[in-house]
Amino acid sequence: MDNEQLTHETRSFVAHQFDDLEQQKEAGTLGMWAFLATEILFFGGMFMAYFVYRFSYPQVFAAASQYMDVALGGVNTGVLLVSSLTMALAVHAAQEGKRKQIILFLIITMVFGTVFLVIKGVEYHHKFVEHLVPGFDFHYEGAEPGKSEIYFILYFIMTGFHALHLIIGIGVLTVIAVMTARGRFTKEYYTPVEISGLYWHFIDIVWIFLYPLLYLIHVHK
Amino acid sequence: MTGHTISRNRYFLIFAALIVLLVLTISMAYVDLGPFNIIIALTIAIIKAVLVILYFMHVRYSSRVTWVFVSAGFFWLLIMFTLTMSDIVTRFSF
Repeated sequence: MDNEQLTHETRSFVAHQFDDLEQQKEAGTLGMWAFLATEILFFGGMFMAYFVYRFSYPQVFAAASQYMDVALGGVNTGVLLVSSLTMALAVHAAQEGKRKQIILFLIITMVFGTVFLVIKGVEYHHKFVEHLVPGFDFHYEGAEPGKSEIYFILYFIMTGFHALHLIIGIGVLTVIAVMTARGRFTKEYYTPVEISGLYWHFIDIVWIFLYPLLYLIHVHK
Repeated sequence: MTGHTISRNRYFLIFAALIVLLVLTISMAYVDLGPFNIIIALTIAIIKAVLVILYFMHVRYSSRVTWVFVSAGFFWLLIMFTLTMSDIVTRFSF
């Protein structure tokens, strides 16, 4: 890109250590992916524990997963997929420099993220009432309550950290929406919108694996 | 900017594919295929993740360096899974 052709306003978006917007955007994207690589391994460790215990106690995991609400989990998967679509549309609007559209799609994305958390909260409440929360008067009717507790520990830690990421994601998008409203982005400069989108889609990907692994182990009887 | 823009229709198309795959993964879970249930579930999940990464996260249109960064994250994960599981599946007898 020829810097001379840029307006003064756009040039002011380029931090002094970068030659141009292109290079700055590339650095931002790479930085986000480096962070996401650490996130992949953060969740990867929990998935690793899951696979080890599921391989070790397959029947116990099959029985314990019967307590999951397949319908609510499925709806929640759909909700997150919709939020990913609207996030992608927000970035698309940013590429076209349509400020109002960016804000609209960001708000829709955050609403769907919140719907997910509410449904998750309802599920957690059910588990609490059924005494299936490890550490809180855990009482399991089926066989092998001790080993079954491992399943529920993994369920709460994995979905809990996922939900925490979603809460942080909603916070990030709130900041981005405010920045958009204040006119901080242009058609040429919208990198923060784009890399926040990367974070949001990553959260979606984690759930794409959590749903079949935690809910759909043994629904066929 | 060289930032490649994907048409809106493509986003809707990818979204439709993701929903179809979600319905597929739920329906396949109701069929008893023994050990193949988890293999099918994981295969569908990986396809969904790849669709999100390539299109929603624009990696398909990103630079080679970005490809390297993305692959590296999953590569380390694969090392951890492969080494750990090769131990677990051969060590114990239940």
